[in-house]
Amino acid sequence: MSSEKIINEKSSETVETKLEVAKKETIPVVEPKFEKSLAEKVVTKFGTKATIGFIKPNRIRINAKKENILDVATFIRDELNFDHAESVTGVDYPQSKEIEVVYHLGSYTEPQLAKQVLTLATRVPREDIPNPGNDSTRMPSLRDIFYSVEFHERECFEMLGVYFEGHPDNRRLLLPEDWADIPPFRKDFSIKGR
Amino acid sequence: MTTSLPPGIQLEKADDRIMTLNVGPQHPGSGHMRLIIKVDGDYIVSCDPDPGYVHRGEEKMAEYRNYIQNIPHLERPIIHDSCNILYPYCLAVEDLLGLEVPERAKYIRVIASELNRCVYTLYWLAIYGIFLGHSTMFMWPMGDREFCIDLLEAMSGARVTHAYFVPGGVRNDVPANFEERCLRQIDYFEKRLKQYEDIFYQNPVLKQRTEGTGVLSRMDAIRLGTTGSVLRSAGVDFDVRKKEPYDVYDNLDFQTQVLKEGDSYARSRVPYLDMLESCRIIKDALKKMPKSGSVRTKLKPNPKGGNEEAYRRVESGRGSLGMYIVSDGKPEPYRVKISVGSFRNLICMPYLLKGEKLGNMPAVYWSLNYWPVEADR
Repeated sequence: MSSEKIINEKSSETVETKLEVAKKETIPVVEPKFEKSLAEKVVTKFGTKATIGFIKPNRIRINAKKENILDVATFIRDELNFDHAESVTGVDYPQSKEIEVVYHLGSYTEPQLAKQVLTLATRVPREDIPNPGNDSTRMPSLRDIFYSVEFHERECFEMLGVYFEGHPDNRRLLLPEDWADIPPFRKDFSIKGR
Repeated sequence: MTTSLPPGIQLEKADDRIMTLNVGPQHPGSGHMRLIIKVDGDYIVSCDPDPGYVHRGEEKMAEYRNYIQNIPHLERPIIHDSCNILYPYCLAVEDLLGLEVPERAKYIRVIASELNRCVYTLYWLAIYGIFLGHSTMFMWPMGDREFCIDLLEAMSGARVTHAYFVPGGVRNDVPANFEERCLRQIDYFEKRLKQYEDIFYQNPVLKQRTEGTGVLSRMDAIRLGTTGSVLRSAGVDFDVRKKEPYDVYDNLDFQTQVLKEGDSYARSRVPYLDMLESCRIIKDALKKMPKSGSVRTKLKPNPKGGNEEAYRRVESGRGSLGMYIVSDGKPEPYRVKISVGSFRNLICMPYLLKGEKLGNMPAVYWSLNYWPVEADR
Protein backbone atom coordinates (compact mmCIF):
# COMPACT_ATOMS: atom_id res chain seq x y z
CA MET A 1 0.00 0.00 0.00
CA SER A 2 1.20 3.50 -0.66
CA SER A 3 2.32 5.66 2.21
CA GLU A 4 -0.35 8.32 1.61
CA LYS A 5 -2.85 5.63 2.41
CA ILE A 6 -1.02 4.78 5.59
CA ILE A 7 -1.34 8.32 6.86
CA ASN A 8 -5.06 8.50 6.11
CA GLU A 9 -5.75 5.22 7.81
CA LYS A 10 -3.74 6.13 10.87
CA SER A 11 -6.16 8.64 12.31
CA SER A 12 -9.11 6.24 12.16
CA GLU A 13 -7.39 3.03 13.14
CA THR A 14 -5.40 4.01 16.21
CA VAL A 15 -8.38 3.72 18.53
CA GLU A 16 -8.83 0.01 18.23
CA THR A 17 -5.16 -0.98 18.35
CA LYS A 18 -3.65 0.93 21.25
CA LEU A 19 -5.67 2.16 24.19
CA GLU A 20 -2.89 4.15 25.82
CA VAL A 21 -1.97 5.87 22.61
CA ALA A 22 -5.53 6.67 21.77
CA LYS A 23 -5.78 8.75 24.95
CA LYS A 24 -2.76 10.81 24.01
CA GLU A 25 -3.76 11.30 20.41
CA THR A 26 -7.19 12.69 21.20
CA ILE A 27 -5.41 16.02 21.56
CA PRO A 28 -5.41 17.37 17.99
CA VAL A 29 -1.98 16.91 16.50
CA VAL A 30 -0.53 20.26 15.51
CA GLU A 31 1.89 19.94 12.64
CA PRO A 32 5.16 21.59 13.57
CA LYS A 33 5.57 24.92 11.77
CA PHE A 34 9.18 24.76 10.68
CA GLU A 35 8.87 21.27 9.29
CA LYS A 36 5.68 22.22 7.50
CA SER A 37 7.30 25.22 5.86
CA LEU A 38 10.12 23.02 4.58
CA ALA A 39 7.76 20.42 3.16
CA GLU A 40 5.57 23.06 1.55
CA LYS A 41 8.57 24.52 -0.25
CA VAL A 42 9.01 21.18 -1.99
CA VAL A 43 5.32 20.84 -2.78
CA THR A 44 4.96 24.37 -4.18
CA LYS A 45 7.94 23.75 -6.42
CA PHE A 46 6.95 20.33 -7.71
CA GLY A 47 3.19 20.24 -7.31
CA THR A 48 1.85 16.75 -7.75
CA LYS A 49 5.25 15.28 -8.59
CA ALA A 50 6.25 15.28 -4.93
CA THR A 51 3.81 14.60 -2.11
CA ILE A 52 4.13 14.91 1.62
CA GLY A 53 4.17 11.54 3.36
CA PHE A 54 3.99 12.90 6.88
CA ILE A 55 5.12 15.84 8.96
CA LYS A 56 6.15 15.01 12.51
CA PRO A 57 8.44 16.87 14.90
CA ASN A 58 11.94 16.78 13.34
CA ARG A 59 10.85 14.34 10.65
CA ILE A 60 9.49 15.03 7.19
CA ARG A 61 8.70 12.50 4.56
CA ILE A 62 8.54 13.37 0.87
CA ASN A 63 7.37 10.82 -1.66
CA ALA A 64 8.47 11.29 -5.23
CA LYS A 65 8.13 9.36 -8.46
CA LYS A 66 11.35 7.81 -9.61
CA GLU A 67 11.29 9.90 -12.79
CA ASN A 68 11.45 13.06 -10.70
CA ILE A 69 13.73 11.86 -7.93
CA LEU A 70 16.82 13.59 -9.33
CA ASP A 71 15.08 16.98 -9.56
CA VAL A 72 13.55 16.67 -6.11
CA ALA A 73 16.86 15.61 -4.57
CA THR A 74 18.73 18.46 -6.27
CA PHE A 75 16.13 20.91 -4.96
CA ILE A 76 16.43 19.47 -1.44
CA ARG A 77 20.19 19.84 -1.56
CA ASP A 78 20.40 23.30 -3.12
CA GLU A 79 17.36 25.09 -1.71
CA LEU A 80 16.73 23.29 1.59
CA ASN A 81 20.45 22.76 2.36
CA PHE A 82 20.38 19.08 3.28
CA ASP A 83 23.91 17.97 2.55
CA HIS A 84 24.39 14.29 3.32
CA ALA A 85 22.59 10.97 3.46
CA GLU A 86 22.43 9.02 6.68
CA SER A 87 21.13 5.83 5.20
CA VAL A 88 19.51 4.30 2.17
CA THR A 89 16.96 1.62 2.91
CA GLY A 90 15.10 -0.68 0.60
CA VAL A 91 11.73 -1.95 1.71
CA ASP A 92 10.13 -4.77 -0.24
CA TYR A 93 6.36 -4.75 -0.88
CA PRO A 94 5.58 -7.95 -2.81
CA GLN A 95 1.79 -7.42 -2.76
CA SER A 96 1.95 -4.15 -4.66
CA LYS A 97 4.92 -5.42 -6.72
CA GLU A 98 7.09 -2.52 -5.66
CA ILE A 99 10.27 -1.87 -3.77
CA GLU A 100 10.52 1.34 -1.84
CA VAL A 101 13.88 3.06 -1.63
CA VAL A 102 14.12 5.42 1.31
CA TYR A 103 16.82 8.06 1.69
CA HIS A 104 17.32 9.62 5.12
CA LEU A 105 18.91 13.00 4.59
CA GLY A 106 20.47 15.29 7.18
CA SER A 107 22.37 18.53 7.31
CA TYR A 108 25.64 19.51 8.96
CA THR A 109 26.06 22.97 7.48
CA GLU A 110 22.72 24.55 8.37
CA PRO A 111 22.34 24.81 12.19
CA GLN A 112 18.55 25.11 11.93
CA LEU A 113 18.34 21.75 10.22
CA ALA A 114 20.58 19.83 12.63
CA LYS A 115 17.54 18.23 14.25
CA GLN A 116 15.77 17.42 11.03
CA VAL A 117 15.87 14.17 9.14
CA LEU A 118 14.23 14.37 5.76
CA THR A 119 12.94 11.10 4.41
CA LEU A 120 12.89 11.01 0.65
CA ALA A 121 11.14 7.93 -0.67
CA THR A 122 10.49 6.57 -4.10
CA ARG A 123 9.12 3.33 -5.50
CA VAL A 124 10.53 1.12 -8.19
CA PRO A 125 8.82 -1.80 -9.93
CA ARG A 126 9.55 -5.25 -8.61
CA GLU A 127 9.77 -8.44 -10.60
CA ASP A 128 8.86 -11.83 -9.19
CA ILE A 129 11.89 -13.49 -10.69
CA PRO A 130 14.64 -10.98 -10.10
CA ASN A 131 17.60 -10.55 -12.37
CA PRO A 132 19.53 -7.83 -10.54
CA GLY A 133 20.95 -5.23 -12.87
CA ASN A 134 19.09 -6.44 -15.97
CA ASP A 135 15.42 -6.12 -15.06
CA SER A 136 13.05 -3.20 -14.58
CA THR A 137 13.94 -2.78 -10.91
CA ARG A 138 16.08 0.28 -11.42
CA MET A 139 16.22 3.96 -10.63
CA PRO A 140 18.66 6.83 -11.14
CA SER A 141 21.48 6.99 -8.62
CA LEU A 142 21.64 9.98 -6.29
CA ARG A 143 25.39 9.64 -5.97
CA ASP A 144 26.10 12.77 -8.00
CA ILE A 145 23.82 14.78 -5.74
CA PHE A 146 24.65 13.26 -2.37
CA TYR A 147 28.11 11.82 -2.59
CA SER A 148 27.64 9.99 0.70
CA VAL A 149 25.12 7.50 -0.71
CA GLU A 150 27.83 5.58 -2.57
CA PHE A 151 28.19 2.59 -0.26
CA HIS A 152 24.58 2.68 0.87
CA GLU A 153 23.33 2.31 -2.71
CA ARG A 154 25.77 -0.52 -3.30
CA GLU A 155 24.32 -2.28 -0.29
CA CYS A 156 20.77 -1.66 -1.48
CA PHE A 157 21.59 -3.09 -4.91
CA GLU A 158 22.90 -6.39 -3.60
CA MET A 159 20.36 -6.78 -0.80
CA LEU A 160 17.23 -5.89 -2.77
CA GLY A 161 18.30 -5.96 -6.39
CA VAL A 162 17.59 -2.29 -7.08
CA TYR A 163 19.96 -1.18 -9.82
CA PHE A 164 21.13 2.41 -9.54
CA GLU A 165 21.71 3.89 -12.99
CA GLY A 166 24.76 6.10 -13.12
CA HIS A 167 26.35 4.68 -10.00
CA PRO A 168 30.06 4.26 -10.76
CA ASP A 169 30.54 1.10 -8.76
CA ASN A 170 27.73 -1.44 -8.63
CA ARG A 171 29.80 -4.33 -7.31
CA ARG A 172 28.91 -6.55 -4.37
CA LEU A 173 29.70 -5.10 -0.99
CA LEU A 174 28.61 -7.24 1.95
CA LEU A 175 27.48 -10.46 0.31
CA PRO A 176 29.99 -13.13 -0.72
CA GLU A 177 31.17 -13.09 -4.33
CA ASP A 178 29.58 -16.46 -5.06
CA TRP A 179 26.12 -15.55 -3.82
CA ALA A 180 23.75 -17.09 -6.35
CA ASP A 181 20.38 -16.78 -4.64
CA ILE A 182 17.85 -13.96 -4.96
CA PRO A 183 18.61 -10.68 -3.16
CA PRO A 184 18.29 -11.68 0.51
CA PHE A 185 16.32 -8.73 1.88
CA ARG A 186 13.37 -9.43 -0.38
CA LYS A 187 10.40 -10.83 1.45
CA ASP A 188 10.32 -14.05 -0.58
CA PHE A 189 13.81 -14.95 0.63
CA SER A 190 13.21 -16.66 3.93
CA ILE A 191 15.67 -17.70 6.60
CA LYS A 192 16.14 -21.42 6.97
CA GLY A 193 13.78 -22.91 9.53
CA ARG A 194 11.50 -19.88 9.63
CA MET B 1 43.70 15.69 1.24
CA THR B 2 46.66 13.45 0.46
CA THR B 3 50.18 14.10 1.55
CA SER B 4 52.55 15.11 -1.21
CA LEU B 5 54.67 12.35 -2.69
CA PRO B 6 58.42 12.54 -2.95
CA PRO B 7 59.71 13.66 -6.35
CA GLY B 8 60.21 10.93 -8.92
CA ILE B 9 57.20 8.83 -7.99
CA GLN B 10 54.49 8.88 -10.63
CA LEU B 11 51.68 6.75 -9.40
CA GLU B 12 49.30 6.53 -12.33
CA LYS B 13 51.80 5.82 -15.07
CA ALA B 14 53.96 3.18 -13.43
CA ASP B 15 51.54 0.28 -13.73
CA ASP B 16 54.19 -2.41 -13.85
CA ARG B 17 55.47 -1.32 -10.46
CA ILE B 18 52.12 -1.57 -8.75
CA MET B 19 51.50 -4.50 -6.47
CA THR B 20 48.15 -5.55 -5.03
CA LEU B 21 47.95 -6.48 -1.38
CA ASN B 22 45.07 -8.16 0.38
CA VAL B 23 45.04 -6.86 3.92
CA GLY B 24 42.58 -9.05 5.75
CA PRO B 25 39.96 -10.33 6.23
CA GLN B 26 41.76 -12.16 8.99
CA HIS B 27 44.72 -9.86 9.25
CA PRO B 28 44.83 -8.36 12.74
CA GLY B 29 45.64 -4.97 11.25
CA SER B 30 42.32 -4.68 9.53
CA GLY B 31 39.85 -6.29 11.84
CA HIS B 32 37.30 -8.58 10.22
CA MET B 33 37.38 -6.95 6.84
CA ARG B 34 39.52 -6.88 3.76
CA LEU B 35 41.31 -3.91 2.31
CA ILE B 36 42.49 -4.38 -1.26
CA ILE B 37 45.46 -2.08 -1.37
CA LYS B 38 47.60 -1.26 -4.39
CA VAL B 39 51.08 -0.13 -3.50
CA ASP B 40 53.86 1.46 -5.45
CA GLY B 41 56.90 0.75 -3.34
CA ASP B 42 55.96 2.07 0.05
CA TYR B 43 53.07 4.27 -1.05
CA ILE B 44 49.42 3.34 -1.32
CA VAL B 45 48.05 4.07 -4.78
CA SER B 46 44.49 2.99 -4.15
CA CYS B 47 42.45 1.28 -1.48
CA ASP B 48 39.25 -0.63 -1.99
CA PRO B 49 37.52 -1.59 1.25
CA ASP B 50 35.72 -4.91 1.07
CA PRO B 51 33.54 -5.40 4.14
CA GLY B 52 31.09 -8.25 4.62
CA TYR B 53 33.25 -10.93 6.16
CA VAL B 54 31.12 -10.92 9.31
CA HIS B 55 27.79 -10.00 7.73
CA ARG B 56 25.07 -11.75 9.70
CA GLY B 57 21.87 -10.27 8.34
CA GLU B 58 20.72 -8.75 11.61
CA GLU B 59 18.16 -6.67 9.75
CA LYS B 60 16.64 -9.73 8.13
CA MET B 61 16.60 -11.64 11.41
CA ALA B 62 14.73 -8.77 13.05
CA GLU B 63 11.82 -9.26 10.65
CA TYR B 64 11.10 -12.70 12.10
CA ARG B 65 11.04 -11.77 15.79
CA ASN B 66 8.75 -9.52 17.76
CA TYR B 67 9.79 -6.25 19.34
CA ILE B 68 10.94 -7.86 22.59
CA GLN B 69 12.66 -10.87 21.05
CA ASN B 70 14.70 -8.50 18.92
CA ILE B 71 16.48 -6.96 21.90
CA PRO B 72 19.26 -9.51 22.55
CA HIS B 73 20.26 -10.16 18.95
CA LEU B 74 20.21 -6.56 17.78
CA GLU B 75 23.04 -5.68 20.14
CA ARG B 76 25.33 -8.30 18.56
CA PRO B 77 26.80 -6.05 15.86
CA ILE B 78 28.61 -4.11 18.56
CA ILE B 79 28.62 -5.93 21.87
CA HIS B 80 31.11 -3.48 23.39
CA ASP B 81 28.63 -0.68 22.91
CA SER B 82 25.46 -2.68 23.36
CA CYS B 83 23.53 -0.01 25.26
CA ASN B 84 24.08 2.52 22.50
CA ILE B 85 22.89 0.23 19.73
CA LEU B 86 19.75 -0.71 21.65
CA TYR B 87 19.07 2.92 22.52
CA PRO B 88 17.76 4.04 19.11
CA TYR B 89 15.86 0.76 18.74
CA CYS B 90 14.07 1.37 22.03
CA LEU B 91 13.38 5.02 21.15
CA ALA B 92 11.93 4.04 17.78
CA VAL B 93 9.80 1.24 19.23
CA GLU B 94 8.56 3.63 21.91
CA ASP B 95 7.52 5.99 19.13
CA LEU B 96 5.68 3.18 17.35
CA LEU B 97 3.97 1.77 20.42
CA GLY B 98 3.40 5.15 22.06
CA LEU B 99 5.17 4.29 25.31
CA GLU B 100 6.13 6.74 28.05
CA VAL B 101 9.46 6.21 29.78
CA PRO B 102 9.62 6.86 33.54
CA GLU B 103 11.91 9.74 34.57
CA ARG B 104 14.26 7.56 36.61
CA ALA B 105 14.67 5.13 33.71
CA LYS B 106 15.73 7.99 31.45
CA TYR B 107 18.59 8.86 33.77
CA ILE B 108 19.60 5.23 34.21
CA ARG B 109 19.69 4.89 30.42
CA VAL B 110 21.93 7.92 30.09
CA ILE B 111 24.32 6.59 32.75
CA ALA B 112 24.41 3.13 31.17
CA SER B 113 24.99 4.45 27.67
CA GLU B 114 27.77 6.78 28.79
CA LEU B 115 29.46 3.96 30.72
CA ASN B 116 29.16 1.81 27.65
CA ARG B 117 30.66 4.53 25.50
CA CYS B 118 33.69 4.45 27.83
CA VAL B 119 33.88 0.64 27.59
CA TYR B 120 33.86 0.77 23.81
CA THR B 121 36.25 3.68 23.52
CA LEU B 122 38.76 2.06 25.85
CA TYR B 123 38.64 -1.16 23.87
CA TRP B 124 39.18 0.74 20.66
CA LEU B 125 41.96 2.80 22.24
CA ALA B 126 43.71 -0.38 23.33
CA ILE B 127 43.68 -1.68 19.76
CA TYR B 128 44.79 1.66 18.41
CA GLY B 129 47.64 1.66 20.90
CA ILE B 130 48.87 -1.83 20.14
CA PHE B 131 48.82 -1.25 16.37
CA LEU B 132 51.01 1.77 16.82
CA GLY B 133 53.40 -0.36 18.85
CA HIS B 134 52.48 1.23 22.15
CA SER B 135 51.89 -1.79 24.35
CA THR B 136 51.29 0.20 27.54
CA MET B 137 48.32 1.72 25.78
CA PHE B 138 47.01 -1.79 25.23
CA MET B 139 47.31 -2.80 28.88
CA TRP B 140 46.02 0.35 30.55
CA PRO B 141 42.67 0.75 28.78
CA MET B 142 42.01 -2.98 29.02
CA GLY B 143 42.53 -2.75 32.78
CA ASP B 144 40.59 0.48 33.30
CA ARG B 145 37.76 -0.84 31.18
CA GLU B 146 36.98 -3.18 34.07
CA PHE B 147 35.79 -0.25 36.21
CA CYS B 148 33.05 0.57 33.77
CA ILE B 149 32.31 -3.10 33.11
CA ASP B 150 31.91 -3.71 36.84
CA LEU B 151 29.40 -0.91 37.10
CA LEU B 152 27.46 -2.14 34.09
CA GLU B 153 27.55 -5.66 35.48
CA ALA B 154 26.03 -4.38 38.71
CA MET B 155 23.30 -2.68 36.70
CA SER B 156 22.45 -5.35 34.17
CA GLY B 157 23.96 -8.61 35.40
CA ALA B 158 26.10 -9.20 32.33
CA ARG B 159 29.64 -8.09 31.68
CA VAL B 160 29.46 -7.27 27.99
CA THR B 161 26.18 -8.22 26.31
CA HIS B 162 23.87 -6.33 28.62
CA ALA B 163 20.52 -6.31 26.77
CA TYR B 164 19.67 -3.78 29.44
CA PHE B 165 17.44 -1.40 27.50
CA VAL B 166 13.90 -2.42 26.74
CA PRO B 167 11.15 -0.43 25.06
CA GLY B 168 9.60 1.53 27.89
CA GLY B 169 12.63 1.85 30.16
CA VAL B 170 15.35 -0.45 31.41
CA ARG B 171 15.13 -4.09 32.38
CA ASN B 172 15.69 -3.63 36.12
CA ASP B 173 16.59 -1.00 38.67
CA VAL B 174 20.16 -0.35 39.78
CA PRO B 175 21.36 -1.99 43.02
CA ALA B 176 20.98 -0.19 46.34
CA ASN B 177 24.45 1.26 46.80
CA PHE B 178 24.97 1.99 43.12
CA GLU B 179 25.22 5.77 43.27
CA GLU B 180 28.09 6.05 45.74
CA ARG B 181 29.89 3.15 44.10
CA CYS B 182 29.53 4.75 40.69
CA LEU B 183 30.74 8.14 41.93
CA ARG B 184 33.75 6.58 43.61
CA GLN B 185 34.74 4.58 40.57
CA ILE B 186 34.16 7.39 38.12
CA ASP B 187 36.33 9.70 40.24
CA TYR B 188 39.16 7.22 40.10
CA PHE B 189 38.56 6.52 36.41
CA GLU B 190 38.79 10.22 35.64
CA LYS B 191 42.17 10.42 37.39
CA ARG B 192 43.39 7.47 35.35
CA LEU B 193 42.19 9.04 32.11
CA LYS B 194 44.28 12.13 32.79
CA GLN B 195 47.38 9.93 32.86
CA TYR B 196 46.60 8.77 29.31
CA GLU B 197 47.35 12.27 28.17
CA ASP B 198 50.97 12.04 29.35
CA ILE B 199 51.76 8.50 28.34
CA PHE B 200 49.94 8.38 25.02
CA TYR B 201 48.76 11.65 23.57
CA GLN B 202 51.89 13.63 24.42
CA ASN B 203 54.15 10.80 23.29
CA PRO B 204 56.47 12.26 20.61
CA VAL B 205 56.58 9.00 18.64
CA LEU B 206 52.80 8.81 18.44
CA LYS B 207 52.58 12.45 17.43
CA GLN B 208 55.17 11.99 14.74
CA ARG B 209 53.30 9.07 13.25
CA THR B 210 49.78 10.40 13.42
CA GLU B 211 49.98 14.17 13.07
CA GLY B 212 49.40 15.14 9.47
CA THR B 213 48.61 11.61 8.28
CA GLY B 214 45.24 10.91 6.70
CA VAL B 215 43.98 14.48 6.75
CA LEU B 216 40.26 14.88 6.11
CA SER B 217 39.15 18.41 5.33
CA ARG B 218 36.01 19.93 6.76
CA MET B 219 34.27 20.08 3.40
CA ASP B 220 35.12 16.47 2.61
CA ALA B 221 33.90 15.32 5.99
CA ILE B 222 30.52 16.91 5.25
CA ARG B 223 30.38 15.81 1.62
CA LEU B 224 31.20 12.20 2.45
CA GLY B 225 28.59 12.19 5.20
CA THR B 226 30.96 11.04 7.93
CA THR B 227 29.86 11.03 11.51
CA GLY B 228 31.05 10.90 15.10
CA SER B 229 34.69 11.42 15.96
CA VAL B 230 35.71 11.54 12.27
CA LEU B 231 33.36 14.43 11.68
CA ARG B 232 34.09 16.26 14.91
CA SER B 233 37.84 16.02 14.47
CA ALA B 234 37.45 17.80 11.14
CA GLY B 235 35.92 20.86 12.73
CA VAL B 236 32.20 20.17 12.35
CA ASP B 237 30.26 20.69 15.54
CA PHE B 238 27.71 17.92 15.37
CA ASP B 239 26.74 15.65 18.22
CA VAL B 240 23.29 14.09 18.27
CA ARG B 241 23.22 14.41 22.06
CA LYS B 242 23.36 18.20 21.67
CA LYS B 243 21.60 18.71 18.35
CA GLU B 244 18.65 16.38 18.82
CA PRO B 245 18.65 15.64 22.55
CA TYR B 246 16.94 12.39 23.44
CA ASP B 247 15.72 11.38 26.90
CA VAL B 248 17.33 13.77 29.40
CA TYR B 249 20.45 14.94 27.56
CA ASP B 250 19.10 18.48 27.34
CA ASN B 251 19.12 18.70 31.17
CA LEU B 252 22.69 17.58 31.53
CA ASP B 253 25.84 19.64 31.59
CA PHE B 254 28.39 18.70 28.94
CA GLN B 255 30.10 20.05 25.86
CA THR B 256 30.69 18.77 22.36
CA GLN B 257 34.35 18.09 21.68
CA VAL B 258 35.50 19.49 18.36
CA LEU B 259 39.01 19.61 16.94
CA LYS B 260 40.01 21.29 13.70
CA GLU B 261 43.01 19.35 12.40
CA GLY B 262 41.23 16.38 10.82
CA ASP B 263 44.31 14.15 10.95
CA SER B 264 44.76 10.76 12.61
CA TYR B 265 45.93 12.39 15.81
CA ALA B 266 42.81 14.53 16.11
CA ARG B 267 40.61 11.57 15.24
CA SER B 268 42.18 9.49 17.98
CA ARG B 269 41.86 12.31 20.47
CA VAL B 270 38.18 13.17 20.09
CA PRO B 271 36.92 9.86 21.57
CA TYR B 272 39.29 10.34 24.51
CA LEU B 273 37.93 13.84 25.16
CA ASP B 274 34.45 12.36 24.83
CA MET B 275 35.24 9.93 27.63
CA LEU B 276 36.12 12.83 29.92
CA GLU B 277 32.78 14.41 28.99
CA SER B 278 31.06 11.08 29.66
CA CYS B 279 32.41 11.18 33.22
CA ARG B 280 30.93 14.67 33.61
CA ILE B 281 27.58 13.48 32.24
CA ILE B 282 27.48 10.47 34.57
CA LYS B 283 28.24 12.58 37.65
CA ASP B 284 25.66 15.16 36.66
CA ALA B 285 23.05 12.49 35.92
CA LEU B 286 23.66 10.81 39.29
CA LYS B 287 23.05 14.16 40.97
CA LYS B 288 19.84 14.92 39.09
CA MET B 289 18.39 11.40 39.02
CA PRO B 290 15.15 10.86 40.97
CA LYS B 291 16.02 8.72 44.00
CA SER B 292 13.16 6.30 43.56
CA GLY B 293 10.41 5.43 41.19
CA SER B 294 9.53 3.00 38.49
CA VAL B 295 12.09 2.16 35.79
CA ARG B 296 9.91 0.44 33.25
CA THR B 297 6.53 0.83 31.64
CA LYS B 298 4.61 -2.39 31.54
CA LEU B 299 4.14 -3.69 28.04
CA LYS B 300 1.18 -5.65 26.82
CA PRO B 301 2.05 -9.14 25.63
CA ASN B 302 3.04 -9.14 21.94
CA PRO B 303 2.76 -5.40 21.44
CA LYS B 304 1.83 -4.21 17.95
CA GLY B 305 2.64 -0.98 16.19
CA GLY B 306 0.37 0.82 13.75
CA ASN B 307 0.90 1.24 10.04
CA GLU B 308 3.70 3.70 10.46
CA GLU B 309 7.44 4.14 10.58
CA ALA B 310 9.95 5.64 12.97
CA TYR B 311 13.52 6.82 12.53
CA ARG B 312 15.47 7.64 15.68
CA ARG B 313 19.15 8.24 16.18
CA VAL B 314 21.56 8.53 19.08
CA GLU B 315 25.23 9.37 19.42
CA SER B 316 27.11 6.12 19.89
CA GLY B 317 30.81 5.63 20.43
CA ARG B 318 31.30 5.72 16.67
CA GLY B 319 28.93 8.49 15.78
CA SER B 320 25.29 8.81 14.94
CA LEU B 321 23.48 5.49 15.10
CA GLY B 322 20.03 5.41 13.59
CA MET B 323 17.25 2.84 13.61
CA TYR B 324 14.58 2.93 10.97
CA ILE B 325 11.65 0.67 11.75
CA VAL B 326 8.70 0.14 9.45
CA SER B 327 5.69 -1.45 11.08
CA ASP B 328 2.70 -2.97 9.33
CA GLY B 329 0.52 -3.60 12.36
CA LYS B 330 1.98 -7.01 13.21
CA PRO B 331 3.95 -7.90 16.36
CA GLU B 332 7.06 -8.21 14.22
CA PRO B 333 8.61 -5.19 12.52
CA TYR B 334 8.18 -5.16 8.73
CA ARG B 335 11.65 -3.80 8.12
CA VAL B 336 14.48 -2.76 10.42
CA LYS B 337 17.39 -0.76 9.11
CA ILE B 338 20.38 -0.06 11.30
CA SER B 339 22.28 2.97 10.05
CA VAL B 340 25.64 2.71 11.78
CA GLY B 341 28.50 5.14 12.10
CA SER B 342 31.11 2.58 11.05
CA PHE B 343 29.42 1.97 7.72
CA ARG B 344 29.04 5.67 7.08
CA ASN B 345 32.69 6.36 7.86
CA LEU B 346 33.86 3.54 5.61
CA ILE B 347 33.48 5.73 2.53
CA CYS B 348 36.36 8.00 3.50
CA MET B 349 38.86 5.15 3.87
CA PRO B 350 39.93 5.11 0.17
CA TYR B 351 40.38 8.88 0.24
CA LEU B 352 42.46 8.93 3.39
CA LEU B 353 44.71 6.01 2.53
CA LYS B 354 45.53 7.13 -1.00
CA GLY B 355 49.05 8.47 -1.03
CA GLU B 356 49.89 7.37 2.50
CA LYS B 357 52.80 5.14 3.36
CA LEU B 358 51.79 1.53 3.83
CA GLY B 359 53.22 1.61 7.35
CA ASN B 360 50.76 4.34 8.26
CA MET B 361 47.79 2.23 7.20
CA PRO B 362 46.94 0.97 10.72
CA ALA B 363 47.30 4.48 12.12
CA VAL B 364 44.77 5.83 9.64
CA TYR B 365 42.52 2.76 9.59
CA TRP B 366 42.02 2.51 13.34
CA SER B 367 41.76 6.26 13.81
CA LEU B 368 38.51 6.08 11.83
CA ASN B 369 36.92 4.46 14.87
CA TYR B 370 35.73 1.70 12.61
CA TRP B 371 34.20 -1.49 13.91
CA PRO B 372 33.91 -4.08 11.10
CA VAL B 373 31.28 -6.20 12.82
CA GLU B 374 29.02 -3.22 13.26
CA ALA B 375 29.51 -2.04 9.69
CA ASP B 376 28.55 -5.46 8.31
CA ARG B 377 25.56 -5.95 10.62
